Amino acid sequence: MSAAPDHDENHPHDLAHHFDTHRQQFDAGKLGMWIFLVTEILLFSGLFCAYVIYRANHPEIFIYAHQFLDKNLGALNTAVLIFSSLTMAWAVRAAQLEQKRALVRLLSITLACGFVFLGVKAVEYHHKWHDGLLWASQYNPKHHDSAEHNEAGHGAESDGEGLHGEEPKNVGLFFSIYFMMTGLHAVHVIAGMGAIAWVLNRARKGHFNRRYFGPVDFVGLYWHLVDLIWIYLFPLLYLIH
Amino acid sequence: MATTVDGKTADFPTDRGPLNYLNCDRGILSWAFTLDHKRIGLMYLISIMASLGLGGLFAMLIRVELAHSGQQIVDENTYNQLFTLHGAIMVFLFILPGIPAALGNFVLPIMLGAKDVAFPRLNLASYHLWVIGALFFLLALVTGGLDTGWTLYVPYAFQTDTRVLTAGVGAFILGFSSIFTGINFVATIHTLRPPGMTWFKMPLFLWALYATAIIQVLATPVLGITLLLLAAELVLGIGIFDPTKGGDPILFQHFFWFYSHPAVYIMILPAMGIMSEVIPTFSRKHIFGYRFIAYSSVAIALLGFLVWGHHMFVSSQSSLASTIFSLLTFSVSIPSAIKVFNWLATMYKGSIALDTPMLYALSFILLFGIGGLTGLFLATLSTDVQLHDTYFVVAHFHYTMVGGTLIAFMAGLHYWWPKITGRMYNEFWGRLCSIGVFAGFNLTFFPQFVMGSRGMPRRYHDFPEKFEIFHFLSSIGAFLMGLAMLGVLIYLLYSLFKGRRAPANPWGSATLEWQCSSPPPKENFAETPSVSDPYDYDHIKYDPEKNCYYRVN
Repeated sequence: MSAAPDHDENHPHDLAHHFDTHRQQFDAGKLGMWIFLVTEILLFSGLFCAYVIYRANHPEIFIYAHQFLDKNLGALNTAVLIFSSLTMAWAVRAAQLEQKRALVRLLSITLACGFVFLGVKAVEYHHKWHDGLLWASQYNPKHHDSAEHNEAGHGAESDGEGLHGEEPKNVGLFFSIYFMMTGLHAVHVIAGMGAIAWVLNRARKGHFNRRYFGPVDFVGLYWHLVDLIWIYLFPLLYLIH
Repeated sequence: MATTVDGKTADFPTDRGPLNYLNCDRGILSWAFTLDHKRIGLMYLISIMASLGLGGLFAMLIRVELAHSGQQIVDENTYNQLFTLHGAIMVFLFILPGIPAALGNFVLPIMLGAKDVAFPRLNLASYHLWVIGALFFLLALVTGGLDTGWTLYVPYAFQTDTRVLTAGVGAFILGFSSIFTGINFVATIHTLRPPGMTWFKMPLFLWALYATAIIQVLATPVLGITLLLLAAELVLGIGIFDPTKGGDPILFQHFFWFYSHPAVYIMILPAMGIMSEVIPTFSRKHIFGYRFIAYSSVAIALLGFLVWGHHMFVSSQSSLASTIFSLLTFSVSIPSAIKVFNWLATMYKGSIALDTPMLYALSFILLFGIGGLTGLFLATLSTDVQLHDTYFVVAHFHYTMVGGTLIAFMAGLHYWWPKITGRMYNEFWGRLCSIGVFAGFNLTFFPQFVMGSRGMPRRYHDFPEKFEIFHFLSSIGAFLMGLAMLGVLIYLLYSLFKGRRAPANPWGSATLEWQCSSPPPKENFAETPSVSDPYDYDHIKYDPEKNCYYRVN
């Protein structure tokens, strides 16, 4: 949206040729971004809907299986993302005020937070992989190793992990939903990090000013949405009673 | 008579300017990576018409096979692939992007007096994604086909050997293409309207595209996640839709129709928008009930989200849910009927010119009327149990999708053809072929209502003796329609080389796109044009010498 294909002396270089004013360009971009965020929410809504239906129909699966998720790592990731939303919002302010150094630093911190989040997520996924706590067709938990998964429920309580309750049927469905939701979210985190890296690069080149800061603002909106979705995922998956 | 001829219109009656959007840049790359909405629209137009040809070819093969009982040219499995590919290609590659992405892309910014859509790069990305999605479809076609029906219903989709994953990925990508177009149109209509064009001074085609874009944006992501879950099932086995792993196949149907029912309004709303342009133009009369037509587009868009359950009346849905879905489905007929009545009232006492676009528009009213009214039979619970999955359903949705959308697309294509290409097609052949399409279409699908109500199930390779005559008539009609469509292709291509140069305003329309030359220059307008009532024909006069219209003040 930045580079105009043909140059007109009276037309600023950071105003696309089909817009009359920076204000118009910014408004169009912002509206477009909000509509895009609506589509993102609807994309996730299918998964939330599947979550609600399976949780309503099979609450025992969710109560049993959520114990295998690491609440501490989940909470850590929640804190990391909320902090990154703060730095992102601050970065938008810095762009508007033409504070280039602050903008570059704040975007860098936000990007770093994204890496921390993915790192923690990778540790969690690794544990799940190691314990065989995978989606329905690959669900083969290690604490059953004597009984195998076909005799579900005959080893869950005696392995000393402090888990309560017999293992219900189809626990793998919980992990299907867990991996789909967190996996799709992780893809969005990666996309958001790519977008942040792009505006970071442009910020270093000094592309933004008080009239033209739209890309920082729009990427910020996207990052907040990614954060917001995680804020819903964390209690829905990790904190079930 | 002392009339002031508007300089802009009078200057380009028959002359193309030296440079226009078609010849301003040369070379294949100047097309493949263009940011000009007109070029993107034209590339879309060519692409979707190629898809229409491919889907139509499958339709012809289906009708050859069904011309007589017993096996004619293909066996049962191949037949399953034929109707699946016909449906999938027509729905995903032709009807859904057809009017908005091709004609809408070309016309929308010019109707607004703007230089381009709000996000030209997103527009190009939308087209590139369309091409990639279409390539996935072709890949599925050549590597093993698809035999699930275009709906990809589970659990059969997990069991077939055909290329569900490839086609699903294709549809997923096409969904993003559709979303990008929708975002672009909403933002463009909100932010790029010229001074003086308030919401209720917009041409109604823009209202229709706006309502369509709202559906594209709100419904398509749900298709995205549905296909993502389907793909995850095929690749990983996540079990959410698979009953053998504790999943629920009915959930797939809910997700699928939550998108695919609103999607039929993505198909029909822009078609209705074309009607609202063509009918007043060729009746030389102001549109009747502007606000009702505008609001009814939005009403259809919103109500369309609440009726998906009518595809699932016999899928073990609770009878309470079915009753509610049935009632809501009836309610959609109200805004649809409002539109039809307003078009009829527009024609009433108008000075009707039976040019090719108007012939298609009249076909639309009749065929969409039949398609809409037979929808009421299917919305009624008790009759739906009888008619479900019969040829009655096939005939109903072809009357709306072909009799509605394809016919309206043809109306729009002929209406804007002079603007897009700068050439006039042969009016005699245009009228003749439009009558051929109308006759062929009715001969194809009316017998299907009869045999459907007598119990002929859809998607069957063979049929008993008593349906022989209906199937035979249907096949004859299909060949007639195919022939007429071939005629359209020939005279349109011929017009590109030998057609009369089109004036700026060949039909006497009052919307802004007719104020720039045919074909338009790269930037559409040298200066932002003045906005007036888009349906005021009192100030537009015919010049018999130059065979075009001009504006008088």
